[in-house]
Amino acid sequence: MEALLTAAFLTALLAGAVAAGVPLLLAGLGEQMSEKAGVLNIGIEGMMLMGAYLGFLVAFESGNVALGFVAGMAGGMAVALVMAILCVGLGLNQIVIGIGLTLGVEGLTALLHHFQFSTTYPRLPAAWRVPVPGLVELPVVGPALFDRHPLVYLAFLLVPLLAWLYRRTALGLTLRAAGEKPAALDVAGIDVATVRFLAVLFTGAMAGLGGAFMANVAAGIFIPFMTGGAGFIGIVLAMLARGRPAWVLIGAVVFGGALSLTTALQVAGLNVPTDLIQMLPFAAVMAVLVLYGRKARLPAALGLPYVRGAR
Amino acid sequence: MSASLETTLDEGGADTSGPRRALAHLALVTLGPILAALVLSGLVLLALGVDPFAYYGYVAQRGLFSWLGLQQTLTRMAPLLCLAAALIVAFRAGIWNLGIDGQFLLGAVTSAALAPFLITVLPAGAVLLVAAAGAALVGALWSLLPALLRAYQQVNEIITTLMMTFLGVSFANLLVKLVFLDPGTTVPQTRTLPVADRLPTLFGTTISGGLVLGLVAVVVVHLVMTRTAFGLKLRTVGENPLAARHAGLDVPLLTVAVFAISAGFAGLAGGIEILGVHGNLQAGWNPAYGLAVIPLVFLARFNGFAAIVFVFFYSALMIGGESAARRIGVPHYFTLVLVANLLILLALAEYLDHRRRRAG
Repeated sequence: MEALLTAAFLTALLAGAVAAGVPLLLAGLGEQMSEKAGVLNIGIEGMMLMGAYLGFLVAFESGNVALGFVAGMAGGMAVALVMAILCVGLGLNQIVIGIGLTLGVEGLTALLHHFQFSTTYPRLPAAWRVPVPGLVELPVVGPALFDRHPLVYLAFLLVPLLAWLYRRTALGLTLRAAGEKPAALDVAGIDVATVRFLAVLFTGAMAGLGGAFMANVAAGIFIPFMTGGAGFIGIVLAMLARGRPAWVLIGAVVFGGALSLTTALQVAGLNVPTDLIQMLPFAAVMAVLVLYGRKARLPAALGLPYVRGAR
Repeated sequence: MSASLETTLDEGGADTSGPRRALAHLALVTLGPILAALVLSGLVLLALGVDPFAYYGYVAQRGLFSWLGLQQTLTRMAPLLCLAAALIVAFRAGIWNLGIDGQFLLGAVTSAALAPFLITVLPAGAVLLVAAAGAALVGALWSLLPALLRAYQQVNEIITTLMMTFLGVSFANLLVKLVFLDPGTTVPQTRTLPVADRLPTLFGTTISGGLVLGLVAVVVVHLVMTRTAFGLKLRTVGENPLAARHAGLDVPLLTVAVFAISAGFAGLAGGIEILGVHGNLQAGWNPAYGLAVIPLVFLARFNGFAAIVFVFFYSALMIGGESAARRIGVPHYFTLVLVANLLILLALAEYLDHRRRRAG
């Protein structure tokens, strides 16, 4: 047990939690925006995977990881655009379309990857790291938190930024109204569909970015189906956070830690079956839902298309 | 949030103004999306440099028009039909059981653990019965947590059942590697049920007897849901839980019952696949049939008889597609693309149909 308390283990655990947590954080924050506006975005898993695929492909072909992130965001947004047109524009069932998009992206990316790389999995060079002067010297926390890719810092900065947006701005109020009382928003002269459309696009961008981070920074490689449920965990994070970005962050780090425990335990010299470790994040989700499920509050008009005049 | 795409389209809701319009209606909302999905997916093939006609032709030839392929197609139908039965119960009762893949796999593990062990002490018939029942029971148990959470805490079952599937895939591997490992092989797998003791094949062919079980499951589920008081209760819970409560129905209890029946069929599907086809379970095996059955059940508008037809064609597509992966070099992931297109275009067709009928 002493092996678990060494600096090396704690650093590995925290570093892993951040690497695995950032995609969850981005996905969770993105999903939160959709849910606030009243759209249950089940397609987020597909958006992440598209971001991972396109992000990796562009980074690999151009040799420019930053360009890869732009492509990842664009990929996530492209899937989100389809979702927005079908679910917000036409009012189709959000769950059916969400599942359809996830399945389609899974199949399409696996197919494209096969035709481009056959069964090889080329690697990207190690990710760019920007140490924060001073803070990086701290023991354990320093190398784990303050010697990372800039996107990690950016993702953390998004948390207070979004909290401010939701609480203090008219835009935040507009988003909430679209989810809680779309009719009121309509009366105020703001088009509910436009608000929701933009919210879904934002989700796509965040999910795509998270996927691209997963492929380009955390793994350095694209493997078909690599998101493995991270998007769905993002949905759970958004559900449990009850609209607060800070809670998404806490959840992302906790679930990221569960995801990365395998590596950390290996550093500590313990050999626990991988299958058992892989169960951890999902077991954690279920445990949290059992304990706090009743409190997972969702907007009143979530999942329902808004039709003017309909009751 | 009802599970039905369009409840008015439930059987009998179709246009009654003459057979010609009814036929046109059927073509629009059923054949339309199928054809459109084939064309759209064909364009994907074309973009990848594969001749779609050659591909579809090969798939049809291999999955439908060769005797060997047809037998494989009919055998593959068995688990898919059970999964369709699982989804019909759940969707008609307004429950999104998206965890059937996990329930399927846990059922499969149960059968693979029980059957090779029991065969040493019990006659073959009894072994099959116990192993299949065990699969259904464990499948149902795997849905208990999402069921209780949905029934008593109003926690969205889409998320919980998906989580239980991810959990179940790893748990199944763990069970195979640590608990039920066959010490006689180097591959991590369970002990094997001898071919002679598996589900009997039909009429001297290689078609698994599981097909009969699958057909019975879908038909019974269809009749129970549409023709019995119990089915009416479940449908009421799905369509209007508030009304169901006012009618004195125990909504939480019925919700748990729906989960148990649905997941039980999913577990049984896994059992049938092991007892009829594989005889054992290898670690890492996860065919993930479940999510692909969802579009078929929607396409059938939760009608069991229509589901049988669609499952048949989908099985042929799977068998042909698996063969094409080896021969033409198009991975079977293509089937996922086709299924996704089908699901999305189906929703679109329902929307267009709804608008057309409103306008007309």
